[in-house]
Amino acid sequence: MRIPPLFAHVAVFIGAALVAAFASASAQEARPAAAAPELAAPEAQRARELIHIVRQDCGSCHGLTLAGGLGPALTPEVLADKPFEGLVATVFSGRPGTPMPPFRSIVSEAEAEWIVDQLMRGFPPDAGLPPAR
Amino acid sequence: MSSQSTVRLAPPLLWAAILPAIVWLLSACSSVAPTAELRGTGDLGVVIERADGRVKIVETSGRSVLATVEGLGDLSHASVVFSRDARYAFVFGRDGGLTKVDLLQAKIVGRVLQAGNSIGGSISHDGRLVVAQNYAPGGVKAFDADTLELLAEVPAVTEGGLRSKVVGLADLPGRRFIYSLFEAGEIWITDFSDPKKPQTQRFAGGNQPYDALVTPSGRHYIAGLFGEDGLAMLDLWNPEQGSRKILAGYGKGEEPLPVFKMPHLRGWSVAGGKAYLPAIGRHEVLVVDTGTWQEVARVPVRSQPVFVMARPDGREIWVNFAFPDNGWVQVIDTVSGKVTHTLQPGRGILHMEFLSKGHEVWLSARDDNKVVIYDTATKQQVGGFESASPSGIFFTTRAARTGF
Ligand code: HEC
Repeated sequence: MRIPPLFAHVAVFIGAALVAAFASASAQEARPAAAAPELAAPEAQRARELIHIVRQDCGSCHGLTLAGGLGPALTPEVLADKPFEGLVATVFSGRPGTPMPPFRSIVSEAEAEWIVDQLMRGFPPDAGLPPAR
Repeated sequence: MSSQSTVRLAPPLLWAAILPAIVWLLSACSSVAPTAELRGTGDLGVVIERADGRVKIVETSGRSVLATVEGLGDLSHASVVFSRDARYAFVFGRDGGLTKVDLLQAKIVGRVLQAGNSIGGSISHDGRLVVAQNYAPGGVKAFDADTLELLAEVPAVTEGGLRSKVVGLADLPGRRFIYSLFEAGEIWITDFSDPKKPQTQRFAGGNQPYDALVTPSGRHYIAGLFGEDGLAMLDLWNPEQGSRKILAGYGKGEEPLPVFKMPHLRGWSVAGGKAYLPAIGRHEVLVVDTGTWQEVARVPVRSQPVFVMARPDGREIWVNFAFPDNGWVQVIDTVSGKVTHTLQPGRGILHMEFLSKGHEVWLSARDDNKVVIYDTATKQQVGGFESASPSGIFFTTRAARTGF
């Protein structure tokens, strides 16, 4: 299927605007414990991709709403007392003996940190992937 | 008192707008259907739009969408079973919602929030009981299929109070249901013949069962194991023998590859005296003889298989894959035992469903927001439609099958 270029542009623009709006909205309601400043987001296109991956593909085990499934809930309340570094290590290297797989072939260490930081603040909603070319 | 009234005509421009509207309204009145058109349900199905809590009711003869039904809650990992008359779809949502949808009237006729976290369900052979399998709180619950009234509950609690997530639920003859306990590694059979007194039999299973299937005859139950190299198999015609391991050691002691999505098992993997099963942590489809339960072949495939589905005639096996290779589908020819086709039907292929005789397969392309329809003989796309983040596709032909 061919997507008309104008439509694609509009969709991308609206999507990007939504991501930005939601991202800043959820950043404002930062958890009380999050005294630390928010980690810098990856470049916009990649950020959108990562949000999609977390919501959909982490979501296949942790639930689309991240309220839990085969894997535990990844909501700010649940993660609040857990050490940041340990959670990053879990995402990057997995947890042997459990279904939690290592994502080091998918995300960089800095991206894993950003994902955990966003999880602890309340993860932004998915705007979907940009339309295929 | 003046009886004089000035009649003012509307300006021509306004008439230009009003007249066509009147004509349209009048013609609409006369063409309103007398009552719902008579139709069967044999060619109907349901497509889950996971992110929006919505299902589309589809019709497979003309490959079209008949209606959209909203308000079903969180449908990530939703699954569907059908009433025996194939009129009603029971939709199990992740948030524990169990929704009964009338396919002909395209509306919700019952809905209960039955658990905190659920992954599916099943229906008894007599069609009277709908049973949900839950992650939290772990266990199964039986509902009256007419009213969705809760009839019985079996918590998946083992010694020392350990509560397990329930996976791999399937229907057995006589209001019995079989399922596996992820944490406890057991296989349980619960008989709901008397819903007030459910009777449960327990069997050893294996380490971390993640899903299971019952073969189309209802004789064998096979649980896939995440925590060990092999599967657990229970012969339901000889249950006193207990479960045994099949395909033990298929990983050959090699370091498993990461599994970014758990495979799904169902009776569709059995064809021509063989079962085609996804390996865990290996990019292979394992082939086991269902007479001897010995491995007879393994087929290398592109990535971690998720659905390994026989076309209903058993001539081909279609395989989709875990993230990040979920844009690929491969077809295994069951005669040569080799991959004959590698397709890219769309981005994020989450599910496939064959028409009952296998001439078409419908695939959900989540990341392209569409459902695509392939002719299985030519491997060409023959149709499709837009759908928001589609996941499962379920056709009413499941109503007639054990294990669906
Ligand atoms: C195949 C299933 C699966 C996938 C996919 C998956 N996880 Fe997990 N995850 C698990 C399981 C199971 C656990 C619990 C491990 C344990 O028992 O310690 C877990 C644990 C975690 C934890 C630790 C939570 C805690 O409370 O300690 C984090 C953080 C996490 N996952 C993040 C992610 C992220 C981010 C992704 C996607 C990039 C992801 N997971 C994808 C199954 C999965």
